[in-house]
Amino acid sequence: MQMLKKLILACSLLLASPALVFADVSEYLLKNGLKLIVKPDHRATVAVTQVWYKVGSSYEYNGITGISHQLEHMMFKGTENLAPNEFSRIIASNGGRENAFTGRDYTAYFQTMEADRLEVSFRLEAERMRKLIIDETELIKEREVVAEERRMRTEDNPIAMTREAFNATAFVNSPYHHPIVGWMSDINNYEAEDLREWYQKWYAPNNATIVVAGDVEAEAVYKLAEKYFGKLTREVTAVVKPQIEVPQLGMRKVIVQTPAKLPYLMMGWKVPVVKTADVAWEPYALEMLAGILDGGASARFSRELVRGEEIATSIGAGYGLFSRLDDLFIVAGTPTKAHTVSELEQAVMQQIEELKSELVSEQELKRIQVQVVANKTYERDSVFYQAMQIGMLETIGLDWRLSEEYVKNIDAVTAQQVQAVARKYFIDKTLTVAELLPQPIGDKPRPKSSFGVRHGY
Amino acid sequence: MVIRTFYYIVGLLFTLTVQASPQIEHWATDNGGRVFFVSAPDLPMLDVKVVFNAGSAQDKTLPGMALLTNAMLSEGAAGKSSDEIAAAFEDVGANFGNSAKRDMAILSLRTLTEEDALNTSLQMMTAVLSEPDFPQAAFERLQKQVLLMLQAENQSPSAIASRAFYSSIYGKHPYGAMPVGNNEVVSNLNVKSLKKFYHQYYVAKNATVVLVGAIDKVQAEIIGEQLLSALPAGEKASPINPVMELAAGKEVVIQHPSQQTHILMGQPGISRDDPDYFALYVGNHILGGSGLVSRLSNEIREKRGLSYSTYSYFRPMLQLGPYQFGLQTRNDQAQEALEVMRTTLNLFTSTGPSDAELTAAKQNITGGFALRVDSNSKIANYLAMIGFYGLPLDYLETFKGKVSMVTLEGIKDAYSRRVHSGKMVTVMVGGKAN
Repeated sequence: MQMLKKLILACSLLLASPALVFADVSEYLLKNGLKLIVKPDHRATVAVTQVWYKVGSSYEYNGITGISHQLEHMMFKGTENLAPNEFSRIIASNGGRENAFTGRDYTAYFQTMEADRLEVSFRLEAERMRKLIIDETELIKEREVVAEERRMRTEDNPIAMTREAFNATAFVNSPYHHPIVGWMSDINNYEAEDLREWYQKWYAPNNATIVVAGDVEAEAVYKLAEKYFGKLTREVTAVVKPQIEVPQLGMRKVIVQTPAKLPYLMMGWKVPVVKTADVAWEPYALEMLAGILDGGASARFSRELVRGEEIATSIGAGYGLFSRLDDLFIVAGTPTKAHTVSELEQAVMQQIEELKSELVSEQELKRIQVQVVANKTYERDSVFYQAMQIGMLETIGLDWRLSEEYVKNIDAVTAQQVQAVARKYFIDKTLTVAELLPQPIGDKPRPKSSFGVRHGY
Repeated sequence: MVIRTFYYIVGLLFTLTVQASPQIEHWATDNGGRVFFVSAPDLPMLDVKVVFNAGSAQDKTLPGMALLTNAMLSEGAAGKSSDEIAAAFEDVGANFGNSAKRDMAILSLRTLTEEDALNTSLQMMTAVLSEPDFPQAAFERLQKQVLLMLQAENQSPSAIASRAFYSSIYGKHPYGAMPVGNNEVVSNLNVKSLKKFYHQYYVAKNATVVLVGAIDKVQAEIIGEQLLSALPAGEKASPINPVMELAAGKEVVIQHPSQQTHILMGQPGISRDDPDYFALYVGNHILGGSGLVSRLSNEIREKRGLSYSTYSYFRPMLQLGPYQFGLQTRNDQAQEALEVMRTTLNLFTSTGPSDAELTAAKQNITGGFALRVDSNSKIANYLAMIGFYGLPLDYLETFKGKVSMVTLEGIKDAYSRRVHSGKMVTVMVGGKAN
């Protein structure tokens, strides 16, 4: 009875001021170097487990590109104590959903289940962290699956082909040059030994972070982690080579000619990210600048290029603050029928020039700040997303608490700082431009490149 | 060893008495609209959906009209321009969206419950919903955008396959057209016809309002009234014609310069209120609905490495929605993959699943039930479905029980009556084998 009263009291408090409920996050380091971060969230009886490894396509080099992703596939294909696909069958029969993803800077595995099944996740993930078996026959089949994945996502998608050529042009020696999935020729030639070597190099407790978010108590999760992961041995993992991109000494252009119906434009400027920035506020000013251009239907791109001038049928600005290496600020879009790629490019340059010559308005800054604060609340509707932010930051070598400080850092950005980063980074010397030049799908005549109008080629 | 433990606790977070499924409250507005509400006090935010029976199934001979009508609502309302509407939402951090599918036309809003944000965004949403201006210039711009989208479809083998699939299984039934329409119809649409469509279908009796968030029942009632009171009561949309079953199998082959062939296979499937729903849902879960552990995935991906993705699903709709099978594979393997897919389906329809498969499927579906309702956005989607399709309010509460009651015989029986592998449509879009 006493308990019940307390509960009711707590409920009404929550109703009165839900903004006062803050997430508590606990962080542990096991003796073998494994990091565990727990974020309780009791809104549903569900918990997500994510295991993040510090390895991804940016750890790779020519000849084995995409091997991190192929290894991610092989992680489902059997261990010393699990038959191929048995991992997935066990998770499924426990009501779980699971998958994995590979990025440039990380490889991550996850299961979402009723919170009382957490032990199942831990037992299986601990097994494949150290006891994977790369079977030759399984690899050959799974290589084909990955090749099909690449055909579906890239070869038969003209925009993806353009993006790939764009990255490979913008980056010369940075590993962001090559696609996460890898070049087809590399995929077709992985050997079992290549995969074993990659696994040996990077899969160890001291190169992993486990994030658990959901209906759990931190200490209980920690005890489970000790039980299943605590006994795994620390490894000497490889050291990733710096592969610092050479300075870009002039504008680069690339044309992609492939069967397609619509043209497509990509522009990218070399910019720092939080991890690499010499000046701490610059990435946040760039993030703000991306919001000014493309933070919703009221932002400049939609208002002026899609609705106002009707030059773009769609256009976006992309910048990720959080990556391991210097990255690009990207603008990409499709012109309307009445306009060419070159005209769209000029319109984008005009927008950039305005950012350099005129301070953005206080109202625009305020709008982005309000959106950032609101999104922070909306994000809490998904435990998966919360876990993902923590895992991603940790894995690229930043502190997960940066995501808590993000709002504050965006709030601090001034109009002068937005102008300063526009002037400093949006320069032709470090610009790369890609154009998708559609080739006939049927028997229509071949259109000519619209390049050369402004910049020459 | 614990080296660092951080606790950012201001208020103690008690584990609330967790309901097995959300408590749904339901009532009608004064002018006949239906409201579905779930209180979710933990986060200071509100999800709103207003769903109309005004999808492309209602645009009959003019495919594309429902979508354009829906898209036009936020292009000008109550004298405000699209710029002003967008800014009104975004200045208070609200996300507004609209979309139209075959059955549903949807307006959705996610906003903070802080007073200014809540009032501003709901006011704007009400205006968009009830006082759209349909400006001519915006219409022409959207029309051009849709025409370009239609062109872009032709560079995507999966989009080409999807259009051919729907057209082949539904023929002239309104489900046969794509919601985005076609070149000929979209080129000839005008504001006048859109307005007429709007006035007929965007009415209270044809509306379902969904509210999930940190508001109480009294607030929910006020918001429900506010959203719909400016709309006329109107009439419910008339029912869509029943779908005819396919009389014979058919193969549609479309050449495309792609490296893969996209294969879609299927037939009209089930409706939302279908008595065979649970038997077919659980059966298909085993056959092709459970990702990497389904029979299809096992045969096509695990054993043979033929495709990255292969699946089958029922999409229940007002009338029989599609039962769709799909995969993509290198052109020279297309025939082989299609054979494996057909053989797998035939074996399943003739012998049904095994005991062990049925048990595993039930464990997965019932054991994972909590995952279906673990966020406000998922709950809002379920409410929209329950409200729009007139499912019982205890749909979520009884879901696990109904899955548990499915038997081997029930699956075999439902498959033999409802799934006709010999009369399916097969669509193949791809290049020549080299």
